[in-house]
Amino acid sequence: MAALQLEKQRGRYAALAIAAVVIVVGIPLWWKTTETYRAWLPFSEISELDSLQVHALRPSSRQNHVCDSIGSAMIYNRVFDKADLSLHMLSESSCGSVVVYVIPESSTLLPEDVKVYVGQRRTALLRSPPFKTSWNLKEVLSNLDVEVEQVVSTMSFGHQDIVAALSNRVRMTKVTKESMADSMRAIKSSPGYEITFSLLNPDPKSHSLHWDIEGAVQSYIQPLLNKLAPIANFSVDSQILYYAVLGVNPRFDNSVSAYTLSADSLSHVINPVEARLGSNAASSNPVLNFLLYVPDAHHSPLFIRDHSKRKVPSNAFHSPRWGGIMVYNVNEMYGPEAERPVDININMAKVMGVFLAQLRLMLGVQHTHPPTGFVLQSPGSAGLADWELDRLLWSRSVENIATASTTITSLAQLLDQIGNIVINDNIAQQVSSAVTSLQSAVAELEAGNLAFALQYSREAILASERAFFDPSLLHLLYFPDDQKFAIYIPLFLPMCVPIVLSLLKIVSEAKKRRADKQAKSD
Amino acid sequence: MELREFINFPGLTFPGLKITLLKPDIFFKQWYSWYSKIHSSHLESPLEVFHNHVYRLGIPDSHIVLMLADDMACNYRNPKPATVFSHKNMELNVYGDDVEVDYRGYEVTVENFLRVLTGRLPPSTPRSKRLLSDDRSNILIYLTGHGGNGFLKFQDSEEISNMELADAFEQMWQKRRYNELLFIIDTCQGASMYERFYSPNLMALASSQVGEDSLSHQPDLGIGVHLMDKYTFYLLEFLEEVHPASQANMNDLFKVCPQSQCVSTPGHRTDLFQRDPGSVLITDFFGSVRKVEITKDTINLTSPVEPPIKRSGSSDIQIESLTYVDQLPVAEIIHQKPKQKDWHPPDGFILGLWTLILLVFFQTYGIKHLKHIF
Repeated sequence: MAALQLEKQRGRYAALAIAAVVIVVGIPLWWKTTETYRAWLPFSEISELDSLQVHALRPSSRQNHVCDSIGSAMIYNRVFDKADLSLHMLSESSCGSVVVYVIPESSTLLPEDVKVYVGQRRTALLRSPPFKTSWNLKEVLSNLDVEVEQVVSTMSFGHQDIVAALSNRVRMTKVTKESMADSMRAIKSSPGYEITFSLLNPDPKSHSLHWDIEGAVQSYIQPLLNKLAPIANFSVDSQILYYAVLGVNPRFDNSVSAYTLSADSLSHVINPVEARLGSNAASSNPVLNFLLYVPDAHHSPLFIRDHSKRKVPSNAFHSPRWGGIMVYNVNEMYGPEAERPVDININMAKVMGVFLAQLRLMLGVQHTHPPTGFVLQSPGSAGLADWELDRLLWSRSVENIATASTTITSLAQLLDQIGNIVINDNIAQQVSSAVTSLQSAVAELEAGNLAFALQYSREAILASERAFFDPSLLHLLYFPDDQKFAIYIPLFLPMCVPIVLSLLKIVSEAKKRRADKQAKSD
Repeated sequence: MELREFINFPGLTFPGLKITLLKPDIFFKQWYSWYSKIHSSHLESPLEVFHNHVYRLGIPDSHIVLMLADDMACNYRNPKPATVFSHKNMELNVYGDDVEVDYRGYEVTVENFLRVLTGRLPPSTPRSKRLLSDDRSNILIYLTGHGGNGFLKFQDSEEISNMELADAFEQMWQKRRYNELLFIIDTCQGASMYERFYSPNLMALASSQVGEDSLSHQPDLGIGVHLMDKYTFYLLEFLEEVHPASQANMNDLFKVCPQSQCVSTPGHRTDLFQRDPGSVLITDFFGSVRKVEITKDTINLTSPVEPPIKRSGSSDIQIESLTYVDQLPVAEIIHQKPKQKDWHPPDGFILGLWTLILLVFFQTYGIKHLKHIF
């Protein structure tokens, strides 16, 4: 009897020990080993980013030099662009700032009808409105406020530009059609762009075309790309395609005895050609294509007509976010008796002038419509005035900050929602660096340091894109609950049944013993 | 700048359209296991859609991601190799010279499909295998194959569930990888696949409701399988009449293949779509017409300092005559004498012939001459 009792006791202890091991060791072990590795992410900071407010400071300084002290020769010759250059040397204008020089009303530096001359760099010459000699400096300056404000809003960014930059995240109700079209035309911010120049020669039997593309890119395009280096990396390619035709048949117009392409048929030109254009398979950067089409001898000359049937002086058209096509007629360069194929050198200056203008539009350099009395200096060979560049940098910074913050917040939301995704350490590191870069970018923007703000925003967007598009973040682990049960039940149920039953037996025996003891003591 | 061209397409620069086509089944396995059921072969459907219509309406290959799980054109049981026909009278080879299949065979997996949609591809993936869409792109996704309530079969061993698809579309929306998305699915119980969508700007069409089967259309008695699904067949018939300037809208597309023709009831879902379906043109998704603007401004550039090299007449240019390089000069490589052949004893035929000659000789001249020989 005692031995039986001892056996039973041992059995009870064994069952309890097994149950203890299962609960204390087994369950935590199972939990730990089936956990997905999720590195720590700064969720609180990310949720702060969600309601980020950016105050961009637009620095401008007013110089009140009375400009009679500029070289008298310049005044006599009214060479105001050289004056602008020397004024620029006077004061170092930092990136993003606008310097306005006020000249007296009677000065002959600017022609009569010109009120403001906006230079190639960041300076502008403003002719002051008449003021009374009795006014002191403060009153004079405050009188100028309106004019200066006008100058600065032309040269620098405004509310409309910022909203247009954020067009894919902000409702476009309060934006003019003009800036909406601008935002649709400009290619989205990206760390790099590929620019491809293609020469289409449909008739190699008649024309043997030579174009010095390397020299042209070096002299004309590269200065612009160097100036835009803070925004993105650019890579330039070129190619020549033979027997490449436009997909549209031009119509012969008797009135000008030339072939014409109407504006409506232009939309159908690009798609058949695009199949023939290659691209750099290794990079997934957006591509901007610039095509130069030399019509074949039978369809020369070829002109493009706009919607009002007028001839287009540049003979070129462009498609938003894709690139541009220019038609270059060569029929005047040779006579009918020339030996075929005719050697033709393409005038790269003319071609690049058109392509550069199209490139500016594609990259988001907005059209400026200055008020009357303003004269804007042409950007010349650099392709871009400094203040235009600043405007582009402002809108790019804001766009980058917006995109990066949305990416990070949606990534955090996604990772929160789907508990099964593994978060590796490198992703956590990218997210943290993106958050810190974003915060720095916002701080720099508020302080008005445009160059630093752009740099931080670029870092932020690179890090956030890398984190979001990391190939390891794939949630192919969608298990509905019934599938989870189906997996675990055959493994754990046979093991748990004896343990639970023996525990129950122990409990019921203990209760019975207590009831017996109770009955005995009573 | 003319703004007229933007007015017709509110919020759109150009309908840069990308298509993902999918055919997830293994063909011949299905032939054996499903022979008694009326299911289609599926491969012709995406190829038909691709070759005939989308290409014709202007979408270039670089904007199409085509995933075909089978290689029926090169399967050894195909009686006409390298061709796939959509009609039993074999008039149109949909697998032409220029079909660009981006994912084929075993590359068509749920993982790759979701990676293409969300953009989470390894950095070494080439451009043609990526979905390079932006916030102004309209995307058309067409799936066909075998499916059930809430899933679509891939490669006979995997499934994609409707929840995964909905999550993938939400991630695409978060990153603004599409402007509007049209989702067409031709499988059994196809409507279950779009039940769980929750992202904006999605429109979905399915060939059958939950609980119904999608049926196939016409068999080819030569190879013994069906060529196309009923819904796809009538959809393609509808698309035949669409040309690049057509004004047909989505409401017409919803009417394709009513129950009288298709036996199953096609369904659609438009509650997540912001525009009214009656104002959405078919060519918004199936075709691609780019917006163009005339370039008004040019920049005056001065010529560079060095003029470009002027080439003189062609007679002055020395052109060497071109020949093929002798890539394998055999005579220089092989310097050995021809090998001595080993001697082999004469084989049976020669022996037999000589025996015959000797016998004839001795038969003629008698046996007494034998002692002269031996």
